[in-house]
Amino acid sequence: MADQILICRCEDITKERLLEVIAEGYETIDEIKRATRAGMGPCQGRTCRQLIAQELSKIYGVPMEEVLMPTFRAPVKPISMGTLADAHKKGGE
Amino acid sequence: MKKAYDIIIVGGGIVGCSIAFEMAKRGHSNILLIERGYLSGGATGRCGAGIRQQWGSVLNATLAVESTHIFENLEEYTGYKGNCGLNQAGYLLIACTEKEWDQFQKNLEVQHQLGVDSYPVDLEKDVYKYVPFINTDGIYGATFCQKDGHADPFHCTFAYAYGARQLGVDILTYTEVLSLKAEGGKIKGVSTTKGDFEAPMVINCANAWAPGLAAQVGDEIPVFPERHQALVTEPVAPMGPNGPMPMVMSFHRKFYVQQSPHGSFIMGIAETEPVSFNIRSSWQFLEECCGVICDTLPALRGLRVVRQWAGLYDMSPDRNPIIEFSKNAEGLITICGFSGHGFMVAPRTAILVAKHLCNEQDDLDIKRFSADRYRTGELLLEPSVV
Ligand SMILES: Cc1cc2nc3c(=O)[nH]c(=O)nc-3n(C[C@H](O)[C@H](O)[C@H](O)COP(=O)(O)OP(=O)(O)OC[C@H]3O[C@@H](n4cnc5c(N)ncnc54)[C@H](O)[C@@H]3O)c2cc1C
Repeated sequence: MADQILICRCEDITKERLLEVIAEGYETIDEIKRATRAGMGPCQGRTCRQLIAQELSKIYGVPMEEVLMPTFRAPVKPISMGTLADAHKKGGE
Repeated sequence: MKKAYDIIIVGGGIVGCSIAFEMAKRGHSNILLIERGYLSGGATGRCGAGIRQQWGSVLNATLAVESTHIFENLEEYTGYKGNCGLNQAGYLLIACTEKEWDQFQKNLEVQHQLGVDSYPVDLEKDVYKYVPFINTDGIYGATFCQKDGHADPFHCTFAYAYGARQLGVDILTYTEVLSLKAEGGKIKGVSTTKGDFEAPMVINCANAWAPGLAAQVGDEIPVFPERHQALVTEPVAPMGPNGPMPMVMSFHRKFYVQQSPHGSFIMGIAETEPVSFNIRSSWQFLEECCGVICDTLPALRGLRVVRQWAGLYDMSPDRNPIIEFSKNAEGLITICGFSGHGFMVAPRTAILVAKHLCNEQDDLDIKRFSADRYRTGELLLEPSVV
């Protein structure tokens, strides 16, 4: 049951799936993100990065600071295409 | 870990991984692949991963068509248990001028010679059957091919890497090749952040960084880095007629936009960029990309952008790849210059290289890809590229 805990809420990634990809040999948050989509949803990994890092730190016995952290990518908050498109039109005139 | 191999491959993108697999498949698996970061962490993992067969030159169409056949069952081909995410929702290519439309007619002829099922779409009656909410103002004509689409660039790379490993290839990630070692006109191996490795053959698949490595032995590869950006929206319900919206692409308006099976829209535009290794994202891109694309597809205005990123195109003078056999260090092969469409042609390009190295017959002539073409003028010209 414990393995059904959600690690990434946006993309529905459970702890079970996380342990599965770690067993397959994915070693860093960057790799796990690409293999599972964890951290690619609307919140962009705000919660799951920490949880995945903790798991990796435990399994590989490395300190949290050494677990390779992926880059945060803009925009920091979701923003609509229409708003951005209008900003473009204004800038262009 | 072994210190000597038959072949060292530099670069763990789709090109390096597919070549490792194709060589191993042919019985040559004493290979070490070295990647600076994680597999797919270069251009491959930053790309739109669009796969189109609607090309204008026989060469590109052939590479793309034969690669598509491999993408169609890449999991089985490599034995990979994950899902490579191929989605053949089609490409709708739009022409915005009469001249561009004339070119599309010629492209269709080339495509039909190769058996591609592409065709013109009536803008008044039929275009809505493909992209229900397109604004056709200023559009002159359009063509469609259902078998075009896109795949998951991470899993495609992982699939090739998995297949290669199963066959005995060693893969070293988070390891940078610092220099190439050559002696007496022959390649001897590489120095890395994890020590030296020897091999009589080095295949340089480091994309935009490949020319820098090749220059160490005196090879001049005329390929330059150029930033290209992309963005992705939140996932929404399928917006195509029977599933995700097909790719919509315009060379004239310089954009592409597609919906992934997961529901998010991935898109990009071609900006004017200086030669640079810069891969920072810009606000200008966000606004311009949304502006250009919302003009053609106003229905996307409500979608929220969740992430943007940038990667490098490895631009060659004729915007087609270079496969160069070093004259200064025999045994060194440099493969780069895919100029923004390397993902979709990688499977067939890897076969081209592997067949050549294994003395197998091939219908395509690998010599045409040499950088010598910039001296002789026998360029690989392509009329339809963003
Ligand atoms: C925004 C964007 C959109 C794109 N869209 C498409 C598309 O829709 N369809 C398409 O077909 N193509 C597209 N492309 C192009 C495509 O991404 C590339 O042509 C393709 O991925 C090239 O693969 P590669 O393996 O040669 O390069 P890469 O994936 O860049 O692999 C090279 C690897 O070499 C590694 N490396 C470099 N130097 C060293 C070193 N010294 N030591 C060790 N490792 C090193 C890098 O870390 C990198 O992982 C796009 C590209 C971008 C940037």
